[in-house]
Amino acid sequence: MDFATLLQVLDSTVRLATPLLLACLAGLFSERSGIVDIGLEGKMLAAAFASAAIAAVTGSVWLGLLAGIVASTVMSGIHGLASITFRGNQLISGVAINFLASGLTVLIAQDWFGQGGRTPSLMGSGRFEAITLPFAQALSGVPVIGPIYAELISGHSILVYVAFLMVPLSWFVLYRTRFGLRLRAVGEAPEAVDTAGVSVVGLRYAAIVICGVLCGLAGAYLATGLQAGFVREMTAGRGYIALAALIFAKWRPWYALFACLLFGLLQAVALRFQNIDLGGITIPVQVMDALPYILTVIILAGFVGKAIPPRASGEPYQKER
Amino acid sequence: MDKMPAWADAVLVPLISILLAAILSALVILAIGESPLDALNLMVEGALMRSSGWGYTLYYTTNFIFTGLCVAVAFHAKMFNIGGEGQAMIGGLGVALVCLFIPFPHWSIALLVATAAAAVFGALWALIPAYLQAKRGSHIVITTIMFNFIAAAVLNYVLVNVLRPQGAMDPATATFPAATHLPTFQEMFATADNPLFRGSPANVTFFLAVLACVGFWYLIWRTKLGYEIRAFGHSESAAKYAGISPVRITIVAMLISGGLAGMMALNTTMGEAERLVMNATEGAGFIGIAVALMGRSHPVGIFLAALLFGFLYQGGAELALWTNIPRELITVIQALVILFTGALDNMVRMPLERIFLATRRRNG
Repeated sequence: MDFATLLQVLDSTVRLATPLLLACLAGLFSERSGIVDIGLEGKMLAAAFASAAIAAVTGSVWLGLLAGIVASTVMSGIHGLASITFRGNQLISGVAINFLASGLTVLIAQDWFGQGGRTPSLMGSGRFEAITLPFAQALSGVPVIGPIYAELISGHSILVYVAFLMVPLSWFVLYRTRFGLRLRAVGEAPEAVDTAGVSVVGLRYAAIVICGVLCGLAGAYLATGLQAGFVREMTAGRGYIALAALIFAKWRPWYALFACLLFGLLQAVALRFQNIDLGGITIPVQVMDALPYILTVIILAGFVGKAIPPRASGEPYQKER
Repeated sequence: MDKMPAWADAVLVPLISILLAAILSALVILAIGESPLDALNLMVEGALMRSSGWGYTLYYTTNFIFTGLCVAVAFHAKMFNIGGEGQAMIGGLGVALVCLFIPFPHWSIALLVATAAAAVFGALWALIPAYLQAKRGSHIVITTIMFNFIAAAVLNYVLVNVLRPQGAMDPATATFPAATHLPTFQEMFATADNPLFRGSPANVTFFLAVLACVGFWYLIWRTKLGYEIRAFGHSESAAKYAGISPVRITIVAMLISGGLAGMMALNTTMGEAERLVMNATEGAGFIGIAVALMGRSHPVGIFLAALLFGFLYQGGAELALWTNIPRELITVIQALVILFTGALDNMVRMPLERIFLATRRRNG
């Protein structure tokens, strides 16, 4: 594999890792507060549709982004209502969210656009354009570093940079602010937070809203950055891969970055090379498709390190009467 | 004294939940500019007023009974098996292998062997998540989700690279030999002057599904194992104290669950397509979640819920054919049913409890 091919694969790794990373951080906030979220997929899908639909109608990708965030946050709100206010089963609620998004997006798309459950292709200001970073052109002549800067680092849409900036930001919020400390505490020992006079319900709803906003960004990037428009089931399991990455990262922001880059790389490789030939042994493309899931199962099994979720995750909090 | 009567818990709460789901579904239909009443009419017409409609409805019902029972067994042991989809895919692989490679003299023997193969393959696919849950504490929900995707990749590989006949384009196995053809309802019930169930895929596996319901009831409420599963589901610590091995119950319950999911493949693969195709399960594994929740994990409830979803599926196909409402409406209804009967259960239950307690206080 030559240098140019390597750069291309890494470039698409960055692109493919972006939605995973945003969704993974979304799940991080939710699960750190004790709300298990297997509805990441559905929220992303809802956001992808809403952003593409509004961008197609108004011609403005920014309004689309806003719509995506709203759609995803509404889904989050339903999840919060079920799992925080009514103390229902969070897993079942997540499953319901996924189906709700999967059905509603196609239903509304068919009603609005009549194109078999897709939105019209987005053009011009309906999409997030690639941003050329300063000096990218000038530096591209420099050997090795030049092409890396010009092709790998420069030339992505704004949401890619937002996603990568979210990693230090999430770390800062979670580990260096009072809000973050409380958020982590509410996922481990909600009764202690309650005793300290801080609202468990309020914190968890805050986490759910952050989760909705981040999933909204992820979905909007899928439909308006990575691709040009919404097609049915376009998230294609990315929400679950993000969930896998979250476990792989042991619920930590920086690890999440590396997990998402790894899974993004696997996707990029599977996309670029169909069957990989390793000196006589051919690795079929299906192995690459399944690898994120297999890796997650191995991690979960505790054979490589141990992934321990926040202690109170999945349990509704009930004040003692 | 601070509880509602049992009938309200078993019947009233689910009924109100379903009513809420139905009202919201009607609003969705209104919102896309169609009439909910016309839609319902069309669905009843297409799914229940003709014998061929019933043939499709019962075909889907068969799938949902199996996957509903699959989820319900796990629910009784307080586990959530989202992996029914993957277990059914691998069960289908088992069915395809025996049908393709064993020369059967008669369909009844083929059905017996294929049933065993489907159950064993499905159960084995559930074994690894079950083992990891029991022995290493990996959460079964996450592992079964992962195993759904791994199953899809395995099936994709096998269909594209191994079982696809030479020269064929689509990823599917060859058609099964004629001897494995299962009698359809049409062949069983239609006469020359009364052509019942014409062209519909319902077949003999429907009776197998009904049998599975009875077996499920017997297993859960009439055997020692069933008692142990329920005891474990109610309280793991109490079950342990009574000498019930959590490892054994977790694994056995998941094996039964996976086996039931696998048996779903009999209906789709052997009964309908008569070859193994890529997307044979069509999401039935997930509908099992809605069915089990709605049926309160009881075989009678599951049968009725499966029938309702069978009707919705066939009716939804009719809607897609005759109106502007796409099939995805059924996915929305399914989501609403899961949401109201599963996650928002307390929303219905808490006010109801209050009402019951208030009336009791007034009377007493």
